Amino acid sequence: MCLAVPMKLVELTGEGTGKVDAGGVKGDVSLAMIPNARVGDYLIIHAGFGIEVLDEAEAQVRLDLFRELAAATADEEDL
Amino acid sequence: MNPRDERRTAQALASEIKDLARKHSGQMRFMEVCGTHTMAIHAAGLKSLFPESVKLVSGPGCPVCVTEKRFIDHAILLAAKYDACVTTFGDLVRVPGSSGSLTTFRSEGGTVRVVYSPLDAVEVAVAQSPRPTVFLGVGFETTIPTVAATLKAALARGVENFYVLPAFKTIHPPLRILAAKDDLHGFLLPGHVSAIIGSDCFSYLVDDFHKPGVIGGFEPLDILLALRDLVSMTVRGTSAIVNDYKRVVRADGNRAARDILYDVFEPADASWRGLGVIPGSGLAFKGPYTRFDAAAHFPVNVPESKDDPRCLCAAILTGSKTPDRCGLFGKECTPEDPVGPCMVSSEGTCAAYYKYGAV
Repeated sequence: MCLAVPMKLVELTGEGTGKVDAGGVKGDVSLAMIPNARVGDYLIIHAGFGIEVLDEAEAQVRLDLFRELAAATADEEDL
Repeated sequence: MNPRDERRTAQALASEIKDLARKHSGQMRFMEVCGTHTMAIHAAGLKSLFPESVKLVSGPGCPVCVTEKRFIDHAILLAAKYDACVTTFGDLVRVPGSSGSLTTFRSEGGTVRVVYSPLDAVEVAVAQSPRPTVFLGVGFETTIPTVAATLKAALARGVENFYVLPAFKTIHPPLRILAAKDDLHGFLLPGHVSAIIGSDCFSYLVDDFHKPGVIGGFEPLDILLALRDLVSMTVRGTSAIVNDYKRVVRADGNRAARDILYDVFEPADASWRGLGVIPGSGLAFKGPYTRFDAAAHFPVNVPESKDDPRCLCAAILTGSKTPDRCGLFGKECTPEDPVGPCMVSSEGTCAAYYKYGAV
């Protein structure tokens, strides 16, 4: 029930509301909890609300870590 | 990341977990607090990657599972007595009450509407006006601010026939109880609850109980990373709160969301299936928002309810038992015909074991 999915904010539609998109799936969300969200941000959506803005720098840190781990595993397999 | 890199990363993390576990004598038993984690762990078959000495048990973070049977009875009795329209998240409609579920109630002529967002529940109320419409308020800190924000909007808009029957729960009080258990060595902390409450507020796990806690995301690799960090701390005999979901969870959480929540609600005692009444673990309406309280506005006598004594949901919710130990599991209790809530909810531990097997 605490399921939440990232979707991109593509439009501000009114006071505290916006339109989000994920791969062509669009929806209207409330921005009441994330008043500083800007068009282009990835939002974490739960029950029709953006509950947080995805930190893209941190998302990159995670990807870099995982790529490093993957590369090290590949090396071991090649030995 | 491409699938090959994902597989290699998973292998790397799994072998780190195995190598670390080899340095440790005895079992390591961790609890995944959140039901969304439970489902993700089983769906990805992650338990098959852990060594024998690393066990993961489910906790009380499935909102439907910890909601008492009496709440379902309350909703049905209230709706029947006052001819109210019930709106709810879909997970709740098949949970058995003392004499049938909300689905049964609907088949007998009651009005029950499933909504995706509490905002939709207000629209149902407007369409049904002046008939009273009662939204079933079930959920943790991720969901509660969405209901609070909805009530603020409903108050401003003057929607007079919208009510909420509250059974909200907050995570710290039960977590404190579970942290005191000697057979739990650390916690995979809930990612989206933490998005609201932050990572700093879990420090009592370390200060008072010397147990590690790791906030994890919901992708299989996120969960493996969190487990590696839990195992690593346990093996080294250290404890800290580690945030492995920094792309979503800030140290201080979402302040704006908490402001909305505590504008509308204040702490109250709450009764949990499996844990009983825990002081300060629920929420009650405050100030002008008390007018939305369905329980106060529509008094109804709700008898004490009895759970099937053979149902082990209570022990499963506290990590004491696994579903395969329950005599009803897979026989009398299936997702099609559930006895206990852990089999009903899409995030329930029994539903996860039934769907994906007891790995």
